[in-house]
Amino acid sequence: MQTIIENLQKHFQVVSYHQQRENLGFLIASKEVAVGLITHLRDYEGFAHLVLLTAVDWIEDEHFQLTYLLHHPEKKVDLGVRVMISRENPEMYSIHHLWEQARTYQRELREMFGINFPGSPDVDKPFILEGWEEIPPYRRDFDTKEYSEKTYFPRPGRETHDPAEYMKKKLYPNE
Amino acid sequence: MGKEYIEKRTVISPEGNPIEVDPLKDYFCDARPKSCKSASGIIEKFANWARSESLWVLGFGTGCGAIEMRPLMTPRFDAYRFGIQWRPTPRQASVFVISGYLSVKTLKRVVRSYEQMQNPKFVVALGSCTINGGMYWDSYNTINRLDHYMPVDVYIAGCMPRPEALLAGFDKLKHIIREGRGEGANKYAENFEWYKGNQKKIIKDWDMPDYNW
Amino acid sequence: MGTIVTKILYALLTLFIVTNYGLILSGVVRKIGARVGRRHGIRFYQPYIDLIKNYTFRTRITHGIMYYIGPVFRLTGGIGLLLFLPVIYGSPVFDNFSFAGDLTFVLYFQFFGVLGMALGAGESGHPYSALGVSRGLAQTTAMELPLTLGVLALAVQYHTLNIHEIVAAQQGSILHWTLFTNPLAAIAMMLSFLAMMGRSPFDVVIAPQEIPIGPPTEYHSALLGVLQLNRAIFPAAKLILFMNLLFGGATNWGELVIKTFFIYMWSVFVGIAYPRFRVDQSVRWYLGIPLLIGVAAILVVKYF
Repeated sequence: MQTIIENLQKHFQVVSYHQQRENLGFLIASKEVAVGLITHLRDYEGFAHLVLLTAVDWIEDEHFQLTYLLHHPEKKVDLGVRVMISRENPEMYSIHHLWEQARTYQRELREMFGINFPGSPDVDKPFILEGWEEIPPYRRDFDTKEYSEKTYFPRPGRETHDPAEYMKKKLYPNE
Repeated sequence: MGKEYIEKRTVISPEGNPIEVDPLKDYFCDARPKSCKSASGIIEKFANWARSESLWVLGFGTGCGAIEMRPLMTPRFDAYRFGIQWRPTPRQASVFVISGYLSVKTLKRVVRSYEQMQNPKFVVALGSCTINGGMYWDSYNTINRLDHYMPVDVYIAGCMPRPEALLAGFDKLKHIIREGRGEGANKYAENFEWYKGNQKKIIKDWDMPDYNW
Repeated sequence: MGTIVTKILYALLTLFIVTNYGLILSGVVRKIGARVGRRHGIRFYQPYIDLIKNYTFRTRITHGIMYYIGPVFRLTGGIGLLLFLPVIYGSPVFDNFSFAGDLTFVLYFQFFGVLGMALGAGESGHPYSALGVSRGLAQTTAMELPLTLGVLALAVQYHTLNIHEIVAAQQGSILHWTLFTNPLAAIAMMLSFLAMMGRSPFDVVIAPQEIPIGPPTEYHSALLGVLQLNRAIFPAAKLILFMNLLFGGATNWGELVIKTFFIYMWSVFVGIAYPRFRVDQSVRWYLGIPLLIGVAAILVVKYF
């Protein structure tokens, strides 16, 4: 793993590297070099398998974090490439030319987070939400409970408790 | 996204003749469902007995509870001995088992399947999700109450109910049918506007006619 | 004038008995299948309840005139097949409309229903219906070849196309049955019989449950009831046909029930023991060994 990273540092500017486990590490790359970095990893280092592409909404820092998780089938190591993109203009370069299946991930991210991938095939087609009109539902400023109550005819009489509080009251009433 | 597939259009046949295609008219029946009168007295009783003893279930696994229906066919539970059989098409089925949560996308298919079933038809709602949303009560994409979109005859509570509970639910359904209370299809036809309104409120991407068989 | 009326009444009586026999038989066979799978299975009278239920549906939908006629064709095929079979040999009541050339007629009739379904199911516009019908027609055509060769071998052997005379020639001893006098033709026909009954190795055409069920996908309510009724009559009629041609016919109802039940069991055992063929596989299979056996049967009858 270390040799891979050292190799990588010769070619690219790797911002930070964090070794999670012996066979799993994450590095942060800027939006511009990310696709080149991933291409390099795939073609020269042997990370042939795209495990997943997912996003996290860091609403406080005002950016989305994209994670490209790559797997090396021979060395049995995983490497995550994290890319931060701004929340105002959520756009990322598409990698569907590297892995065909990435287009599905990108369609999903377009629908669930509103992150655009220009040039990715069918990226504008509805993925699982048909005719969604609100802001994308996985963004953290979308209040799913309020939306559900407004839309889906909640059945009256439903009680909800905070699990920690409720169990404390039930199990240890004297404390 | 445009919906070209339901718009009226002209296609050229292999012989070169133009053909008008109006998918909503050609492929669907847009007649409103009507409430059907039941036969009188002993005939209806006999018919209801036959309906209750021959429950053909539409094999459409709508949610996670579909996994609870499979054991019913196996030697351990063997629902066949109660006259419960699985049919692959909605046309031939008389019982629709909604097995758990319904996302909006599934609801659209469920509505279409339900409307293609013939009168009389019965709905068994399986799991808490169909009653009040269950563990998905605050989800952005799953409905909370099934009875706002179609009439429900039997609810089976639980998350998930065991196959035994499902059998008990079918038994309950048999009683309801035999007492002549299984009139969900007529109820649907009589309160059609209300059901349709609720469905349309949820399903934003309404690319089908108001009633499709 | 009086004789034809009695004959029609007798034929209706036969039809009634055979229909009930077919319904009970299908229930019993499903029960046996369930018991093999260590289940209780359906009640043996479940086909009756299903039939009543289907007729008591309150609504039905049509796709046009051919859609209605499809099941009617199918039922006509089943009843027509039955009406030209001498059900009980030597009984004036259950002799039906057997006549000189009825063997060819019967061969035609058992294809008739499939054609009717092809028209009706095509009208429904459902892709699975059309798919099911074309697969069914392909398989039926392949299956017909050994069957027809076997039947022709019988015609050559007995110098007649009359089922009544074929049955008459087999009377006397068990060794006079075609099964023993012409085993090659019997084998070819019994192999065709497997696909005729639509049981397991050859039931992908109407594959229940896994895929939409082929031709009847869009049929429902009373229309499905007609098809179900035919599914009781048609196998029973085919069983009686095979019993007449190969197993010496029956001189009373008891004999008929025993013989047809065991003939049916042949297809049931094969069905439970063997997995499904795809349609292309079954066509290839029928054009192989069964076809050669059929050709051999004719040659043997002609030249030995």
